[in-house]
Amino acid sequence: MKKDISVFIGGKAGEGIDQSGTLLAKIITAIGYNIFVYRDYPSIIRGGHTYAIIRGSERKITAHTNSVDYLLALNQDCLDLHKDKISKDTVVLFDSETIKTDALPAGIAAFGLPLTAIIKQEQATAIMRNSVILGSFCKAAGIKWETLEQILKANSHKELELNLKVAKHGFEKTNELKKTEVSESKNMPVVTGNDAITLGLLNAGLEAYCAYPMTPTSGILHTLASLAEDFSLKVIHAENEIAVMLMAEGLAYAGKKTAVGTSGGGFCLMTEGLSLAGMAEIPVVIVLGQRPGPSTGLPTYTCQTELQFALYAGQGEFARFMVAPGDAEEAYYWSTLALDIAWKYQMPSFILTDKSLSESNYSFNAQSKCFLTENKMNPALWDKKGQYKRYQNTDSGISPLAFPAQKDAVVKVNSYEHDEAGLTTEEADVTKVMQDRRLNKGNLLAEELKKYQTVQVYGKKDAKTALVCWGSNKGVCIELGEKLGLRIVQPVVLSPFPMESFTEALKGAEKTIYVENNATGQLAGITTGYGFKADKKILKYDGRPFTLEELEKELRKLLP
Amino acid sequence: MNLNTDAKNTWCPGCGNFAILSSIKAVIGSIIEEGTPAENIVIVSGIGCHAKIVDYINVNSFYSLHGRVVPVASGIKIANPKLKVIGFAGDGDCYGEGLEHLLFAAKRNIDITMIVHNNRVYGLTTGQTTPTSPLGYKSRSTPFGAKELPLNPLEVVLSAGGTYLARGFSNKIDALKKTLKEAVSHKGFSLVDVLQVCVTFNNLYDYYNKNIYELEGNNIADFDEAMKRVREWDYNKEAPISLGTFYKKESASFESSFPQDRELNKKEKVREVLGRYS
Repeated sequence: MKKDISVFIGGKAGEGIDQSGTLLAKIITAIGYNIFVYRDYPSIIRGGHTYAIIRGSERKITAHTNSVDYLLALNQDCLDLHKDKISKDTVVLFDSETIKTDALPAGIAAFGLPLTAIIKQEQATAIMRNSVILGSFCKAAGIKWETLEQILKANSHKELELNLKVAKHGFEKTNELKKTEVSESKNMPVVTGNDAITLGLLNAGLEAYCAYPMTPTSGILHTLASLAEDFSLKVIHAENEIAVMLMAEGLAYAGKKTAVGTSGGGFCLMTEGLSLAGMAEIPVVIVLGQRPGPSTGLPTYTCQTELQFALYAGQGEFARFMVAPGDAEEAYYWSTLALDIAWKYQMPSFILTDKSLSESNYSFNAQSKCFLTENKMNPALWDKKGQYKRYQNTDSGISPLAFPAQKDAVVKVNSYEHDEAGLTTEEADVTKVMQDRRLNKGNLLAEELKKYQTVQVYGKKDAKTALVCWGSNKGVCIELGEKLGLRIVQPVVLSPFPMESFTEALKGAEKTIYVENNATGQLAGITTGYGFKADKKILKYDGRPFTLEELEKELRKLLP
Repeated sequence: MNLNTDAKNTWCPGCGNFAILSSIKAVIGSIIEEGTPAENIVIVSGIGCHAKIVDYINVNSFYSLHGRVVPVASGIKIANPKLKVIGFAGDGDCYGEGLEHLLFAAKRNIDITMIVHNNRVYGLTTGQTTPTSPLGYKSRSTPFGAKELPLNPLEVVLSAGGTYLARGFSNKIDALKKTLKEAVSHKGFSLVDVLQVCVTFNNLYDYYNKNIYELEGNNIADFDEAMKRVREWDYNKEAPISLGTFYKKESASFESSFPQDRELNKKEKVREVLGRYS
């Protein structure tokens, strides 16, 4: 029996598919699997086609498959647009009143229920068709009614009884069609990448968040806004991203640990503020969620096209920290560090995500060992001795912080070149000293980061062929690396670039294949600039992440 | 308390900015005397001739970007509502590049004071037309005369929800001090449009001296009256130019709407929230 399960659910946008995807993830978690949920939706509020693929596995996964075990269809598009997801083993569950199954290949197990008639009979609302089909799915897959009941109870905020009633109809009217292996649940939380980033920032002591809504990072704004009272947070939806960045710097100057969130278009507006943070040495965290461009591009789809933009954004030369987590646990862990680094090194700190990481759901293993070590990064604070100078030259290379309303300290920050006290200067010698001091913080950070896993190696670690990936491609590459005997190298920190660790990770590799969700190979562009080889590139830039099947096919073309 | 710094003043001799500097220093000195701790005062500037003022006053300061005084000042105030936050901006800075921020600060009624050094010309970039230059104004960017009408900033900000509006003039220092003191003491968003003369590129001393008068007996609680007074001079045609306070209203301020700081174990709370995702 298979220890991997993949379930598709689709329908019209606005019909509750999003919530059903989450419930399916929880059901599959409850029967003992690690889950990953890919979500595909158009930039439309109502009426377009939307779907989710929920995959469960006994191992940690962060990728979905193309072909599915169960296809739950709430509208005709689910069959017409997703023929490629149906194999001979697929079980199709569908709304028999609205969907024609004539085009399904012969021999496919398909079972229809009159969803609308059922909800009418119980005087339920149209959105509860989802509950009926969830009931139908559980029965078909051999999942106990009690499992579904428990999950609906824990997650239905209204009309619980009615949801249970219609779900029961679905359950009772369906036969077991393809039994799924059930084991004891590890009860892992199901979080999105955005949730993980949010919690990681809070874990580091986040005090304020500024944003203007933009897919795919709006979820962070929503969650933090809802947690503002609990965590005593200042959450501000400002007039535009320029204000977002500048407000954040005002907050940070006054001592508040602050982050901002956006996507490429909003980040364009933030770049003057970013450069200010570099010059004035204001700690700020930028969560940058990539999506396909140029310009508005495909707003609700995924890509990795803002790496080079984010690395070089902003006038002038200044150090920045940038991390590109590859899954929820990494996102949590490194978001905590990103805020700590911003404050210790007084520099902008990026968490680079994309739609795929931000909005997919993951099983979150809070027992992972990386969460057990206490972090030792603390900001340098003024010792209250002598005259305070915001930009004092110190042996450590970092000027101690003080914040307004600190007695006996006059805290002056400046976007112009400035002296130690923060007063404007145009002197050549002061300019050089200050620029060297600021840039040197990048070297100090690079040195400290040697103690961290800035580059991860997975798969067959001594294989001669290495797949190099970053961000959300981590999971799909690891699974295939293990299957095909490849070495997987994932730089997690991208600035300051971890030269030593990356060199070490590639030691003995004779062929390197870069896997990226962009059209030009942005990471390969950077690493080849440092003198590394990039023999082949597998690039996907249609807004969709790689499925396991797709990447395997591309890899096999390049392997002997 | 010594409010001077070591910075060398580089404004042109006769610049209207000197009047604003000496007035605001007097105001800061007096609020410190009245009990506001000096360390609670934060001044913010944009970019332009006006902006050098932060280098000349020995209090906390944020020398920010062109047009961005308002969001920086807003962030500082939200971070710590007990701070007294005073922003300085130019007319190009605040009424051009940063107009949207200004309107939102008025809309939110955040408790900061904006003092606009309105000389109606770009000084530091050597003489171009600004949002408050009159129609037909000849400058380096409009050698044949400006083709657009000026904004009346007070009208715009009054409409947007500002709760304290006043106008000052750099050649009337006593009145300016009084107005700035009122603005800084106002709880809520305050704007003082200071007609500040640029002697090098737009010397309007004679024009202003001929037309100004001080407001007296106006009902500053009356929005309609304030609007009428604000519209008396449109920054374009020659008309009587009133100085002093147009409008003052008490209203809840934005920064007080946020959760108060309190001690809490965030790491523990994070674990609790994570549990909700199970």
